[in-house]
Amino acid sequence: MSDDVILSVSGLSKYYAKVKALDNINLAIKRGEILALCGENGAGKSTFIKLLTGAEAPSHGTITYDGQTYQELNPILSMSLGIAAVYQEFSLIPYLSIAENIFYGREPSNGPVLKRREIFARAQKLFDDMGMHIDVRQRVCDIGVAYQQLVEILKAVSRKPKFIILDEPTAPLTLKETAIFLNIVKKLKEANTTIIFISHRLEEVFEICDRAAVFMDGKFVTCKDVKDFTMKSLIASMVGREISGDYPEPRKTTDEVVLECKDLCNEHVHDVNFVLHKGEIIGFGGLVGAGRTETARALFGADPIKSGEITLKGCKYVPKNPRHALKCGVGLIPEDRKSQGVLLGLVVRENVVFSSLPKYLKMGFIIDSKREKSATAGYIKELNIKTPSMEQLVRNLSGGNQQKVVLARILSTDCDVLIFDEPTRGIDVGAKQEIYQLMCELANQGKAIIMISSEMPELIGMSQRIYVMSEGTITAELKRGEFSQEKILEMASVGRKSA
Amino acid sequence: MGNKKLSLWLLDYGIVLILLLLILIFSIASENFFSFGTVTTILRQVSITGIISVGAAFVILTAGIDLSVGSIACISSLTAALLFKAEFSVPMTIIITLAIATVYGLFSGALVSFFKMSPLIATLGVMTSLRGAGYLITDGLPVYGFGPGLSAFGRGFIAGIPYPVILMLLVFALGIFILYYTPIGRHVYGVGGNEEASRLSGVNVTGVKFFCYGFCAFLSGVAGLVLLARTNSGQPAAGVGYEMDAITAVVLGGISLMGGQGKLPMVIVGVLIMGVLSTGMLMCNINDYVQQVVKGLVLISAVAFSYVSLRLRDKIVSSAASSN
Repeated sequence: MSDDVILSVSGLSKYYAKVKALDNINLAIKRGEILALCGENGAGKSTFIKLLTGAEAPSHGTITYDGQTYQELNPILSMSLGIAAVYQEFSLIPYLSIAENIFYGREPSNGPVLKRREIFARAQKLFDDMGMHIDVRQRVCDIGVAYQQLVEILKAVSRKPKFIILDEPTAPLTLKETAIFLNIVKKLKEANTTIIFISHRLEEVFEICDRAAVFMDGKFVTCKDVKDFTMKSLIASMVGREISGDYPEPRKTTDEVVLECKDLCNEHVHDVNFVLHKGEIIGFGGLVGAGRTETARALFGADPIKSGEITLKGCKYVPKNPRHALKCGVGLIPEDRKSQGVLLGLVVRENVVFSSLPKYLKMGFIIDSKREKSATAGYIKELNIKTPSMEQLVRNLSGGNQQKVVLARILSTDCDVLIFDEPTRGIDVGAKQEIYQLMCELANQGKAIIMISSEMPELIGMSQRIYVMSEGTITAELKRGEFSQEKILEMASVGRKSA
Repeated sequence: MGNKKLSLWLLDYGIVLILLLLILIFSIASENFFSFGTVTTILRQVSITGIISVGAAFVILTAGIDLSVGSIACISSLTAALLFKAEFSVPMTIIITLAIATVYGLFSGALVSFFKMSPLIATLGVMTSLRGAGYLITDGLPVYGFGPGLSAFGRGFIAGIPYPVILMLLVFALGIFILYYTPIGRHVYGVGGNEEASRLSGVNVTGVKFFCYGFCAFLSGVAGLVLLARTNSGQPAAGVGYEMDAITAVVLGGISLMGGQGKLPMVIVGVLIMGVLSTGMLMCNINDYVQQVVKGLVLISAVAFSYVSLRLRDKIVSSAASSN
């Protein structure tokens, strides 16, 4: 490794509306090094990558690559410079063979005729060289997700990039494939390829990386040689902010168990155990993809449950579908507001009463518009929904107010258990505070609340207890007083290998 | 600001101006066009596809489509004709015919919601099978030679307005009632706008789809009875192209093919445009082949316009927001 810089960014920033996803980043990456990019969810890692691959243009700042300075890159330019990226989402075509996928979009051909034999021979050689003995004639959909990940990586490698970005490449891999992966990385390093490596499994960072750069809240924190970090100091620099104290007072809880979940298993989660008391707010912490949303969806009947036992208010509870869950008194405020929460094409009034229309009928089948309107007016006032009128399309409201509309809709069904999945994502500070207040009031009224959040301060500030999830199961239960960001992050990073 | 309101109004109701423009053009082109007689002719002529278009609107609001309406109308008129021939009473015939028609729709509904089949393919299959079934049960020959059946209904009128037209207006009233005054109507809009959000809101999405396809087929059956009433014979080749007229009318009325958007009352305007076009072209001696070409082009323009208008609306709304 030399001190020759291949890529440097200066003053690099990216704003989405008012949100600073990336704020004034300065960083130089040396040719041939493996640099780990560390940070919590939302620290700005993905945005940084998008700017390097040209998927998005920076709001400010420049990118210098091989001595040439650019205001912005675009995907074609970035590719021609030799920058390649492997994302968490696959870009493989399932019904084509491995070899065809490797050369997809740049197939060797004689005029319009594909050189099929060459495609297969070259792909097979590539895989053999990397020590991955697999028949490249197999279709991608037949090889399992771990191998798909490796194909995805080799697809990038086959372009002989000078600079490669690997975003969570080991997430779907087990020990055996991880060994193959490490071999690929070694080969790349021998070829003097520069690598940016992103992984939530911090052990891997220490295992393969030369340096680690830490981002937090869109800002650059530090960049040091990995050997100058310890696991502890790395985590500390990732979370190193103070928790602002603006959370409502902690509430008294009762010992009355409302919801108890025993050994819940389905396609995404396994052996999930927790209890929820009346008047309590519990937090679900962990990384994206740890199984928190999946647990919520299972409790709400949105995804099928394979096994396990749930008790709701002393009775056995097997949610068949969301309709049934709502009837039993379990409500979910989904994570993705726009695609799963509000109905953008309907007005505020129609959204608020959407789940509880049977309550507002006359003669059993006609909507009583008077009662419907007065109920809506009540919720608008109670939740302080800022809208010109109840006949405004929800599409035209701000994120925070849309979230309150979803909340009003769930409240109108009189649920006893409320699951908030990322309730404050993408909404401004003022609206956040209001949502926190509302959640506390609801708890005081005796509702039992589960809050899933990737924002540590909010999780710690709001919860009475926190369950931490990792790899589809609960890895820790923390009581108020034992909360610390380091502890949560540590339990959230527990890999399959060490678990 | 006035400009923006005007533009939005034009996007919502501009279709009325197009109807008036068409009436004006045909009134100039053909001296006989502008008369009470023509109005009755047009209304009587559109009553059948008008009834169907209400059902089509329900299906399209859920982001689906139903191509089988013409075949269902046809086989329903054949069914009723055969029942009359077997000396069933009028009420029994109506009940049996409509019940069978509804079953066809529930079948499409099952294909779409349980088997997640594309509505286009599912109803294409139903359309073709029922067309064939119509020929099978009649040996391809018209069914006639039974009592008066429904012919009194087909010929009669109140205050100069033919019964079928009144029935069409009642069907529109029923559609408007269901869509805007009952929970299921609200759910139709919700499912079309965002199926997943509706499911997570506790809506029985499958039930809503069943209802829409069933209702659409039911109304196609009603249209089949009106068809029988007007001719007093069952024609196995009748009803070809009804789906085309109904879908065009619905899209002209501003209901989005992507689902969840548009108002049913405006579909009446779409229905009238289709009627004015075909009657007007007939009175101007424009031949049948040209008429078909024109109808196809109208459908394409209507769909193109609905996409353009969505984009325009966004532009107008967002520019209004930024100027505030």
